[in-house]
Amino acid sequence: MRWENWSQFWHMGGYAVYVWGSVGVTALLMAVEVWQARWAHRLALRQVQTEQAVAQLLDDESSAEKVM
Amino acid sequence: MKNINWFHYAAPQTFYGLAGKAWPWFAVLATAFMVAGLWIGFAVAPTDFQQGEGYRIIFVHVPASWMSMVIYLAMAFWSVLGLTFNTRLSGMMTRALAPTGALFAFLSLWTGALWGKPMWGAWWVWDARLTSELILFFLYLGYIALTSAIDDTRRSDRAGALIAIVGAINVPIIYFSVKWWNTLHQGASVSLTQAPSMAALMLWGMLLVALAFWAYSIALVLYRVRTLILQRDSHATWVHELEEVKR
Amino acid sequence: MSAGAFMAVLRRDVLLALRRKSEVLTAVFFFVVVAALFPLGIGPELNTLRLVAPGVLWVGALLSSMLALQRLFEADYRDGTLEQMALSPTPLAWLVSAKLLAHWLVSGVPLVLLAPVLGLQFDLSTDALTTLTLALLLGTPVLSLVGGIGAALTLGVRGGGVLLSLLVLPLFIPVLVFGAGAVEAQTSGLGAQAHFSILMAMLLPAAFFSPLACAAALRIALE
Repeated sequence: MRWENWSQFWHMGGYAVYVWGSVGVTALLMAVEVWQARWAHRLALRQVQTEQAVAQLLDDESSAEKVM
Repeated sequence: MKNINWFHYAAPQTFYGLAGKAWPWFAVLATAFMVAGLWIGFAVAPTDFQQGEGYRIIFVHVPASWMSMVIYLAMAFWSVLGLTFNTRLSGMMTRALAPTGALFAFLSLWTGALWGKPMWGAWWVWDARLTSELILFFLYLGYIALTSAIDDTRRSDRAGALIAIVGAINVPIIYFSVKWWNTLHQGASVSLTQAPSMAALMLWGMLLVALAFWAYSIALVLYRVRTLILQRDSHATWVHELEEVKR
Repeated sequence: MSAGAFMAVLRRDVLLALRRKSEVLTAVFFFVVVAALFPLGIGPELNTLRLVAPGVLWVGALLSSMLALQRLFEADYRDGTLEQMALSPTPLAWLVSAKLLAHWLVSGVPLVLLAPVLGLQFDLSTDALTTLTLALLLGTPVLSLVGGIGAALTLGVRGGGVLLSLLVLPLFIPVLVFGAGAVEAQTSGLGAQAHFSILMAMLLPAAFFSPLACAAALRIALE
């Protein structure tokens, strides 16, 4: 273990801004990427479901017309 | 070899299932490698004699740079495949790879600047490797812009494939630029034939984080391709029969 | 791959460009304006001007080329000539190389000829001017060749001009680096041989592969 305590760790020998600026932004952007991918997937799912519902409605209408 | 149907998984329907099962495993791998790599890089690896603690940026900078190049090569690979075999999935793979590649290129530049400032005194220098990485970032942006601007998916995929292949010439130039020009950027410390010139622990840290990024990219790309399949094949019956859609 | 077809397309494109002089002159005029305005903006200090001259003139040439690329395939695409070219028995790449040559003759050569004149504004030595002209002579064809691929890919796409610039800029940068670098190397006494070699090394493969890539891109656009 390199570090004697947490404050030493965060201080990073004086390079804190640079090291944590790098690691922090990396972690942040990767998290944003993951969140964005999940959001896009949910959107696509919802779109398919909507299309399905609309198709269902049209089906029902046309079969109802046939009965009449 | 004769009996393997290489195109079995080229059908979006089959690939959707395969990708769906595969991506969680890669996500787990990514987490495991990341924890291991960051542990070695930030808790175990020794302080650098010249650069103090600031050198630890390499544990994200170098893997990000590697990934930005590897992903572009992957894009070129799928582009060649797509143009040769006319498979739709190849275009989707290329398109799914682009955002992650662009992200890593950006991170390479960002972390590089944060490393350069304390070490060389400048946020940016116009040496060959940095310039090439910047060009690579623009190539990613160009691909994303072009494919977004064309509405017709088939034309969009094929145009994107062409620009990806043409730009792929840039990637070797980045790698060899350090050999060709003797400039400020650190010379290659990792080679296949020579013993690495950095402490073994530092090397391991970098490699583990690189593997983490690689697994992360695969997981994310597989996930994204599934989304693309949903978008493009939304009218197909098999899509309507999917578990997640019926819920 | 008949010479007749090549010459026919070449002659046609050059004639058309000369008839619509305004398009050609816009790009060339842009180059002149850039070269003329920079000294006014930077100040009359000759040492500074001599330093920035290669870069300024090369960037001017680059931007001028980008402006000129828009019209490379546009007109033929709109009136259906491009489709006819694609359908003809002559290989499309062969016809495209004629178009690219015509484009360079009309848009690139004026830059090469004007550069020594404009370079005088920056107090470049005769040797430097020669190096600059030679570098542009080798480099501007590469700009037309590589730029043509971008022009073909963005045919009829919305936001075409800006998109074309974005696509083509990364591919132009090596030409810029070595073209301007040639003049700097010559001025500092190192000699521009290496730079010329690399410019040539970019020109020859581009001359061979670019028409093929353009033809592929055009077929994608024409579908």
